[in-house]
Amino acid sequence: MILEAQDLRHRYGAYVALDGVSLSIRENEFVSIIGPNGAGKSTLINVLTGALPPTEGRVRFKGRDIGGIGPVALARLGMARTFQLVQIFPDLTVLETLEAAVVSRLGRGLRLFASLRGDRAVRAEALEVAELFGLADRAGLPARVLPQGDKKLLDVASAFTLRPEIILLDEPTSGVSTADKHAVMEILVGAARRIGLRSIIQVEHDMDIVFGYSDRIIALHQGRVLADDTPAAIRADARVVDMVIGRGARMSGSPPC
Amino acid sequence: MRPWWATPAMLAAVGIAAVLMPLLAPLYYVTLMLPFMAYGVVLLGFNLLFGYTGLVSFGHALFIGIGAYTGAVLTTHLGIRQMEVILLVAALAAAVAAAPVGALCVRYVKIYFGMLTLAFGMVFYTFLLKFYRITGGDEGMRLLRPYLLGSEWAGFNKTAYLVGPYYYYSLAVLALATLVMWRIVASPFGLCLRTIRDNPVKAESLGIGVPRYRWYAFMISAVYAAVGGALLAPPTGNVDPTLAYWTHSGNVVFMVLLGGFASFWGPLLGAFVFIFLQDTVMSVFPYWQLVFGAVLAVLVIFAPGGLMGLFAPRPVPLASERG
Repeated sequence: MILEAQDLRHRYGAYVALDGVSLSIRENEFVSIIGPNGAGKSTLINVLTGALPPTEGRVRFKGRDIGGIGPVALARLGMARTFQLVQIFPDLTVLETLEAAVVSRLGRGLRLFASLRGDRAVRAEALEVAELFGLADRAGLPARVLPQGDKKLLDVASAFTLRPEIILLDEPTSGVSTADKHAVMEILVGAARRIGLRSIIQVEHDMDIVFGYSDRIIALHQGRVLADDTPAAIRADARVVDMVIGRGARMSGSPPC
Repeated sequence: MRPWWATPAMLAAVGIAAVLMPLLAPLYYVTLMLPFMAYGVVLLGFNLLFGYTGLVSFGHALFIGIGAYTGAVLTTHLGIRQMEVILLVAALAAAVAAAPVGALCVRYVKIYFGMLTLAFGMVFYTFLLKFYRITGGDEGMRLLRPYLLGSEWAGFNKTAYLVGPYYYYSLAVLALATLVMWRIVASPFGLCLRTIRDNPVKAESLGIGVPRYRWYAFMISAVYAAVGGALLAPPTGNVDPTLAYWTHSGNVVFMVLLGGFASFWGPLLGAFVFIFLQDTVMSVFPYWQLVFGAVLAVLVIFAPGGLMGLFAPRPVPLASERG
């Protein structure tokens, strides 16, 4: 059990976003969290990543309570996340972006007078990740000029560079054209294996992606866990199909919230 | 693409020109180089905060004032006249002041950061103005000619001292400050500052502790401002509270915009052009601020990259530049 949440509740004033959510993520699991807009997915992610303290309940990562510990401490502990809206450093090159992540992971950020260019370990690792994500030929380009799909990959790649044990991907393929979604996922899953990342949690609307890659699916509805089961069992669950997936409909290309 | 040797060649040319200037140029222009070199040091530090970390301080005159008053207090009150000691004490005093001020300011960003630095600057200005027993109030204080490298340079009259030993001393300090800053921006620390400038949320998710880095940048920048302030005062031989006034902070921001904050060398160019332009404009038209105001407006609208931005090769647009 790498990540465990017990009876999480979160309220914004009178509005209850999470109403008693419990879940656990084991090692080497790929878990998808699905649910309609307003189901509490974003709040759940923020609570699971220590960005928001739960009103009630506990989140434990490797046995340690991480409620509200914040992003920096979370990254140190070995959990990384990406965002629904792509987050890049517009004026940094692809290589610099990845180097920054390596520098942070190795705790070398406060080396004021060391030469970054002379740090071969940092350079080599950044290049290795660029290679893994197919960004090596664009390593010298500033992130802002990359096409949208590459920006998304760079965002994920920089999080992977931290070599986390678990990563939480908030809509990894949102904003990526339908044709490219599978390519993005293939790169991502392949890189995860190579980097030694153990568990992946994703929030995703595209049901092809969800059913194509998950070991387990957790369906949220109105702040509660509606179902937590294998893809086959979820597909057979009439309530989930009705309330979350929709009959015959794929919820691809959901609007950004 | 510019060839790789363009920057080193340009630097060498500028360096040689700076070394030869006292021998070739009219004395008046040599004395104008002194404030340029002092502001050059200030701006290198200011731009670590502005260009590299993305924080605009409107209160940097606070630290310039600390540097300048350090020299005055040491030479007049305490009888310590070694420039090396003055620079060291100025740097330490600025670091001590910047630690709490910075710790508070870096919790805020954008206009709130700017306003808070402005507020601290005004507090210090008022202190200088009102505590006249210590600071001399609006009259300010005298600053005795500092000894350079342990020597009084007694055989030199004031002008000879300034265009000779003091000129080269300032040049050496500026060169050293430039070298150190060059290393800082090219270090892992410098890279982390740029991630914070571009996207603090993403930087934090990569484990970079944003407030701490901003705080360090703030302190380095304050130390630079104080060293620059300590260099600025001796040529006039007097310090007064206007050194710490907010319009002086405004000039610092102006110089950086003029030269271009996106470039390492932009601030130095900005300081140079500002000093010489100010001199030229003042000699023909007493209301130089009027002209500079217009220049600033034109800059912001037509050349937001400053003078260096006019030289920079444009980035190749490879795809849509959204997001």
